Amino acid sequence: MAKKKKPTLNFATDWSYAPAPESTDHVTIENRYDLFIGGKFVPPSKGNYFNTINPATEKRLSSVAEAEKTDVNRAVKAARTAYDKYWSKLTATERGKYIFRIARVLQERAREFAVIESLDGGKPIRESRDIDVPLAAAHFFYYAGWADKLEYAFPGRTAEPVGVAGQVIPWNFPLLMAAWKIAPALAAGNTVVLKPAETTPLTALKLAELLRDIDLPPGVVNIVTGAGNTGAALVNHPGIDKIAFTGSTAVGKIIQKAVAGTGKKYTLELGGKAANIVFEDAAIDQAVEGIVNGIFFNQGHVCCAGSRLFVQESIHDELIDRLKDRMETLIVGDPLDKNTDIGAINSKMQLKRINAYLKIGTAEGAELYQSACAVPEKGYWCRPTLFLNASQSHRIVQEEIFGPVLAVQTFRTVDEAISKANNTPFGLSAGVWSDKGAKVFKVSNKMRAGVVWANTFNKFDPSSPFGGYKESGVGREGGVHGLLPYVRLT
Amino acid sequence: MISFSMPASRTHPLAEVPTSPSVDQTGVEERVARFKTRSIKENAKMGALELILSMIDLTTLEGMDTPAKVRQLCAKAMHLHDELPGLPQVAAICVYPTLVGTARNALTGSGIKVASVATGFPSGQMPLKLRLAETRSAVSEGADEVDMVISRGRFLRGEYTYTYDEIAAVKQACGDAHLKVILETGELQTLDNVRRASDIALYAGGDFIKTSTGKVQPSATMEVTLVMLQALRDFYRRTGQIRGMKPAGGISTAKLAISYLVMLRETLGQDWLTPRLFRFGASRLANDVLLQIAKQRTGVYQSADYFSEA
Amino acid sequence: MKKPVERIPVQKTYKLYIGGAFPRTESGRFYKVEDGRGKLLANMCQASRKDFRNAVVAARKAFSDWAGRSAYNRGQILYRVAEILETRRDQFIAELKSQGLPIAAARDEVDQSIEQLVYYAGWADKYQQIFSTVNPVSSSHFNFSILEPTGVAGILAPATPSLLGIVATMAPVVCGGNSCVVLASETKPLCSITLAEVLETSDFPAGVVNILTGTRSELLEQFATHMDINAIVYCGDDAAELRVVQEGASLNVKRVVHCTDTTPTDPYRILEAQEVKTTWHPIGA
Repeated sequence: MAKKKKPTLNFATDWSYAPAPESTDHVTIENRYDLFIGGKFVPPSKGNYFNTINPATEKRLSSVAEAEKTDVNRAVKAARTAYDKYWSKLTATERGKYIFRIARVLQERAREFAVIESLDGGKPIRESRDIDVPLAAAHFFYYAGWADKLEYAFPGRTAEPVGVAGQVIPWNFPLLMAAWKIAPALAAGNTVVLKPAETTPLTALKLAELLRDIDLPPGVVNIVTGAGNTGAALVNHPGIDKIAFTGSTAVGKIIQKAVAGTGKKYTLELGGKAANIVFEDAAIDQAVEGIVNGIFFNQGHVCCAGSRLFVQESIHDELIDRLKDRMETLIVGDPLDKNTDIGAINSKMQLKRINAYLKIGTAEGAELYQSACAVPEKGYWCRPTLFLNASQSHRIVQEEIFGPVLAVQTFRTVDEAISKANNTPFGLSAGVWSDKGAKVFKVSNKMRAGVVWANTFNKFDPSSPFGGYKESGVGREGGVHGLLPYVRLT
Repeated sequence: MISFSMPASRTHPLAEVPTSPSVDQTGVEERVARFKTRSIKENAKMGALELILSMIDLTTLEGMDTPAKVRQLCAKAMHLHDELPGLPQVAAICVYPTLVGTARNALTGSGIKVASVATGFPSGQMPLKLRLAETRSAVSEGADEVDMVISRGRFLRGEYTYTYDEIAAVKQACGDAHLKVILETGELQTLDNVRRASDIALYAGGDFIKTSTGKVQPSATMEVTLVMLQALRDFYRRTGQIRGMKPAGGISTAKLAISYLVMLRETLGQDWLTPRLFRFGASRLANDVLLQIAKQRTGVYQSADYFSEA
Repeated sequence: MKKPVERIPVQKTYKLYIGGAFPRTESGRFYKVEDGRGKLLANMCQASRKDFRNAVVAARKAFSDWAGRSAYNRGQILYRVAEILETRRDQFIAELKSQGLPIAAARDEVDQSIEQLVYYAGWADKYQQIFSTVNPVSSSHFNFSILEPTGVAGILAPATPSLLGIVATMAPVVCGGNSCVVLASETKPLCSITLAEVLETSDFPAGVVNILTGTRSELLEQFATHMDINAIVYCGDDAAELRVVQEGASLNVKRVVHCTDTTPTDPYRILEAQEVKTTWHPIGA
């Protein structure tokens, strides 16, 4: 008997979208960037520079100074001097006004920052324009207001600044992470030495220009570029009072070990492998959208990405059909095109890593599915990917891939979902989808994770604390809780 | 053996309508925002504008409508803007039943369809037999399409069997005419209700589901339209039958209409990008689309003074 | 000729406290605790790595239920500990005195211990209200941050004060819904096991608090590196020990709390073994 053909939707439409590239006029990228120390751009001591490229074209954008130990030392000294001589003596209200200024000027120059962020990191302009840059500005605005209100943040205590904060940030949200780090540090009265990631240093250096333009006192924020060695020099510098790190769990552990016995305070925002749990009573189309936001946002280069999907068995097929349909409408390509949904993978190295996991998952027996979209020839790309029929024991389920790759599993009962979701050393975030309030509360409550998105996913706000349980980190960023790592309470 | 003599129990066909999935309003709003950020340029824009024109149900539904007014509207439909050759035609003219004959005559030979509202439009507060009679009258006057309203009061009371039955009855009264079922989403209040009403309308035989009468605010929104498109998709996936969608009221700019097309494309895909399955119920949209087409063709921003009113 | 004594006192055997039971160390090892004049006070169990491991298993098993108890219930149980400690006040004073503390200091330490228990009993249903937030996010979501216990805590109690040192570190940890494994003062361990008896009769579910006696140098690294311990409270000021703890903690990113003074009461102590969980939910009809 001939099987009846399953009705399918066709997204290869006659009418579709023409290229809509964001203009790069009015955006200037210098041919070379020095280190930002003591309010000035200064050349690195050994005169070494490294290239930063556009991952969508593999073309060089600029050269960036590589900070050596002596440069880091200079930066820490500048931060210390600024702290002792100026910043710690400034009234909290005035301190706040500087931070407000940063927020406002960032808003004024939003488009420039967004374009550079997309050029340097490969993320779609829609995201850098609508999420990264506005959120970064909002972060400065939020913490600016805290500067002269710290006595209300910690009832019964007096909050004193820690001193000089050394901050090491990742390449997935370069400007936003700089804002997450710098804003609360300054608000609490600290000075800063920040090291951006080596593949995405440009917006941090643009931020340095901005800080110079708004007359932030020299040395209050110093920006030293470089790779792992520069980061290590910063972390190990004895003049640093507090380390804030966002990056992989492996490096986070090295840092935690390195600061042992030094008395340095530290906060770590590390990796994740978030469970996104969809119950049969969920608003299914919004859940699909949440799954897409959860794993394909920023090419999946998100520590809190919903990379493990758990679907209740009764709706598995229906949900996967819809998810596949939705994936067909995702546009992969030029990050500067306003219609691009998934941009370039951040670096050649990261693409290699993702591709390795695609092989691993297939070898482990999970079923690979990718959308049919075309990808450009030059540059680093990965189609939105599902691994169906994955298992807890698969590496693609246990390890952070940091790419647009979703591992799909099923479950039958609430308790099974909770147990599987928590069965990981990570604990950064989780998603819960159900139309039943009581179930949402129960499952949210049971998630051993610092952020639970219930009937939504990957939402961020400066007033909302973010950070992990277990091996996903120590401390929180955002909200009043985000001030705690930058103060000493007496 | 004991036998019960009971009347042969007949399950109401409503039982065949699957449980409607719940809808999260915030999630729908976020999805709609994404459609609106799509940037439609150059050829894509031109293609969209022409497609939109071809999908318009040019509408006049006023108490003060007269045959003369309807004839003017029909003239506009047949001569959208003769200075711009090669434009597609609008899909239909939409009028009250009493003016169907006028429209029918005025449009003879044009290929433009005549749609008639019926069933006690816009409130539907009228005995069912009169509503059915009105439907038959509109069809006999020459309506190709009938835009009915559902009884929102009955629906909100939870009388879903009534809603199903009234739609099925009107469908039967339509004969060969196409039936569009107006849910009047502005009165249904929640997206969950919109989804439920859409499912009932489709299973009861509606050829199209339509958002609004234009007499209640809010009329069409992208949010309710998205939920209705998803109902169409799920109905298709379950039954293999393709049905149509008509957002009506409140869509007066080309920009907004393009966002609707984006939404249609990304929700239902290729098969629905046709006036056979998607219509805009609008009175002012056509001229804004014409303005944009003229701008695209001439490169010069346009003035409404140069485009005839309906 | 010695006169026959009227009554031979029945001496107490000090054992470990694991999972609500009082087992001897599986290793069979012991060490002597003497008073100032060389008189034997007790043979203490010298807990082994395996005892420690068993204690962590017991703590992990107890965690979920304890964390799920109502704050009111946790407060009542802590208060119950204070009640029983009060009724056995003299015993603790005598025990501290036997280990060399002047009577006034012993009295003071027991009283402070009772006060701290009452203090944290009162915080159990309040700290959440002080440290939680509702966050005014810009999107259409209800967003709130609450505290949840970090999990299983390891507590390396100070050498002195030997009773207060345990109470002041354990009480805020369990007040916040964590379970814990305590390594008692090595040199003055008697009160720890007597405190265990108090805990055991105070409605604490088995395994919420586990108390080991033994040598710190032997167990320090075990505490620091155990992968199922989420937070570690180190009391003392030995830089080398602290370093071992902090380095070991990095294996599974433990939260490390360095406690240098167990005298003050402080709700921020509760915060030290808490995680902030932020929940988002859309607002819509």
